[in-house]
Amino acid sequence: MDKPFAITLDPHSSLANHTGTWRSERPVYVDGLAPCTHACPAGEQVQSWLYTAEDGSYEAAWRNLVAVNPFPAIMGRVCYHPCETACNRAQLDTAVGINSVERFLGDEAIDRGWALPAPAVDTGRSVLVIGAGPCGLAAAYHLRRLGHAVEIRDAGAQAGGMMRHGIPTFRLPRDVLDIEIARLLELGITLTLDTRVDSVAAAMRDGGFDAVLLATGAPLSKRAYLPAGQSARVLDALSVLGDAAAGERPQLGRTVVVYGGGNTAMDAARTAKRLGADEAVVVYRRTRERMPADAGEVEDALAEGVQMRWLSTITQVEGTTLTLEKMRLDDDGRPQPTGEYEELSGDAVVLALGQDIDQSLLTSLPGVTVRDGVVEVGPGQMTGAPGVFAGGDVAPAQRSVTAAIGQGRTAAQGIDAWFRSAPPATERDAAEPVPFDKLNTWYYSDAPHAVRPRLDAARRTTDFSEIVGGLDADTALYEARRCLSCGNCFGCDNCYGVCPDNAVLKIVGAHGAVDPSAYGYAIDLDYCKGCGLCVSECPAGAIVMIPEQT
Amino acid sequence: MTAPDVKFYQVGSRAVGNRLLPLDQRSEQADPQRHNALTSGHRACQGCGEALAARYVLDTAYTEAKGRLVSVNATGCLEVFSTPYPESSWQVPWLHSLFANAASVATGVAAALEARGDTGTRVLAQGGDGGTVDIGLACLSGMFERNDDVLYVCYDNEAYMNTGVQRSGATPPAARTATTEAVGVQPGNPFGTGKDLPRIAMAHEIPYVATATVADLRDLEAKVRTAMSLRGARYLHVLVPCPLGWGSAPSDTIALARLAQRSGLFPVYEARHGELGAVLPLRGRVPVEEYLRPQRRYAHLFRDGSHAATLEALQHLADRNIARYGLGAEETF
Repeated sequence: MDKPFAITLDPHSSLANHTGTWRSERPVYVDGLAPCTHACPAGEQVQSWLYTAEDGSYEAAWRNLVAVNPFPAIMGRVCYHPCETACNRAQLDTAVGINSVERFLGDEAIDRGWALPAPAVDTGRSVLVIGAGPCGLAAAYHLRRLGHAVEIRDAGAQAGGMMRHGIPTFRLPRDVLDIEIARLLELGITLTLDTRVDSVAAAMRDGGFDAVLLATGAPLSKRAYLPAGQSARVLDALSVLGDAAAGERPQLGRTVVVYGGGNTAMDAARTAKRLGADEAVVVYRRTRERMPADAGEVEDALAEGVQMRWLSTITQVEGTTLTLEKMRLDDDGRPQPTGEYEELSGDAVVLALGQDIDQSLLTSLPGVTVRDGVVEVGPGQMTGAPGVFAGGDVAPAQRSVTAAIGQGRTAAQGIDAWFRSAPPATERDAAEPVPFDKLNTWYYSDAPHAVRPRLDAARRTTDFSEIVGGLDADTALYEARRCLSCGNCFGCDNCYGVCPDNAVLKIVGAHGAVDPSAYGYAIDLDYCKGCGLCVSECPAGAIVMIPEQT
Repeated sequence: MTAPDVKFYQVGSRAVGNRLLPLDQRSEQADPQRHNALTSGHRACQGCGEALAARYVLDTAYTEAKGRLVSVNATGCLEVFSTPYPESSWQVPWLHSLFANAASVATGVAAALEARGDTGTRVLAQGGDGGTVDIGLACLSGMFERNDDVLYVCYDNEAYMNTGVQRSGATPPAARTATTEAVGVQPGNPFGTGKDLPRIAMAHEIPYVATATVADLRDLEAKVRTAMSLRGARYLHVLVPCPLGWGSAPSDTIALARLAQRSGLFPVYEARHGELGAVLPLRGRVPVEEYLRPQRRYAHLFRDGSHAATLEALQHLADRNIARYGLGAEETF
């Protein structure tokens, strides 16, 4: 003991002092639910595949995407992107262009010939899918991946459903549709076309199927009673869109009036302009804000010169003269007649008032019930008849391609669960999405939306070429990196940097690591005093404080 | 996979690091092998701004000096919480003598190194606002005047926190401390008192004077690097919020330092040989109230409506800083 005067203890490091005992709350890393993921009707893990794309790993991002949705190139063109509506970045500058990144990944996959994941080992079960629209195709994809044999039957001559017959080619070029469908069928899915199923029971018995999915859509246009004279030309939107999509040019005249306010009405009006109409006028009984059509579609239609008559109904058609009655909204937002009339001239009236399902197939199915015009389904999309499932527009749905794809996946999971006598998985995460105020947006740089190049509005109405261009690789990367990564660690090192007690560890393979060899983060509970600085300064809101057990 | 060269990153250069940034563009603090000059187990309060800033400054200085760094500490929170006998949290050579003489001890260390012909080892002195602005001012002024080769760093938490939150020469107007209670006609610290030490340092026309906050790591590290690249007397003044003395949430330490800068109450700038140089412009200016309201030391200003004039006077101080240092220009990207 050779110590200086008055010194009795050996010096040592403060590491012996475990300040973690001061703590009453501890920080915990979480994987929050991003609003985009929460909003996706197809169930895509949007934030997750954007994160994967951020370092240029496009194939990995695409694989993440197609684990849920087999049609990224179609989605990137026709989806009304509720993810972008939900995007927290909209409150900072503008929403991340998720849809355009999805399209980029989809196109990249086509260019590079990436193949879908191989199916699992055959299970010996087989499923009949009736209808080769987005729901039927998506369901077949997921069933096949699970190892079940699948046959799709469709009454039409080509697969695609409303993606082929309803969506105009200027929004979805048919070569993209053909490639993505063909890629899916390569997994070993049998597609039988030109075959209408008249009796489900007979088809199942004859084919030895263990389950059936009704994905027949809503192909029947709703009619409204319009007092119309002999000479009036009144058409329905689906047939106009179907003819145009098939390359025909239905003669509509110089002035076309479209009756309705949904997306089909917008497609019909924009198609009419391309078919040579000088004027396309949309007549809708409520206001612009209350139109069911996607706001972006309305904007595109207006930019192309489509005119809108809001708060109007058509009461009579006589030759080329239409009588409109002005409406007003009552306190409940319902349109009420005002008794004021005006005239409008139109060579043709196109009705886009919604669509009904074809119920003829259902009459032979005991237990299948129809309510509010659609087939009733329970969890996992099963109808009242055991082994009979329904999805897409035939079932209660948002009636978009995206929603139909999501229902196809839910139905596939429901069928698979039913085969295993397991309860169907609860499809939607019950968790609440991460709100904007949980983010620390100080750390994000200001960056505007990389807008996809658009064909000049004046030019695009003259033909049916695709109007929205794709992003190039650099722009797609930029767009992906605008993602705020809501609720999920993206490796910014802030927690590691801001801890006054060095109690956040940056170690290989810990939470937030891209792969097992990359750095992630962990809390050193020996020293963490529970101040919460890491939580406050986490840009993404991916750390929360929880009380310690007392 | 290496990312293609795309200029924009999710978090620009504001965050500590980013997995997508090349290593040389990340901060010192993002390095998994950073030195941690002030290691864990120290007894600073939860959310201590001074402990955080001391690590930020010393780690960068340590790297710049290639590991040959001597630090001298004035008495104060930093000294007390880091070295209760017989423990030390320091992973650099560290000396403490008295409250007032840190600058003089550092001068002596620098002179001794020079006498030994050691030009590689660098000297850094550090203290709180009490030891710098009040008690050690004479020694510091002498060090400036002699242009001794020392980087002096003041961690300013705006009062004597360690001894129970007494007023210092750096306590801002209207703030409540144990010796300027929130009572009377002009509650809190009176207006028109105190010392602006960065400007006093500038008046000595030393090679480098800079201010920074614990909220802007990149700016702080850059200033330490600049200071370490120079010889002679250098002064760095870092604003470090104190949850105990300011009556703020421990988790708000960085947010408050950011608001102090964004309101204009704490101007961030640098100066060489007495001439003002680069300033950090306000990115999203906020009214002073946004900075004051979360702090209990200003709670009396919001208790009833009778202190509008005081708030106005504080806003005036911020406005004067913005005009004086030209902080108004928005930072653009």
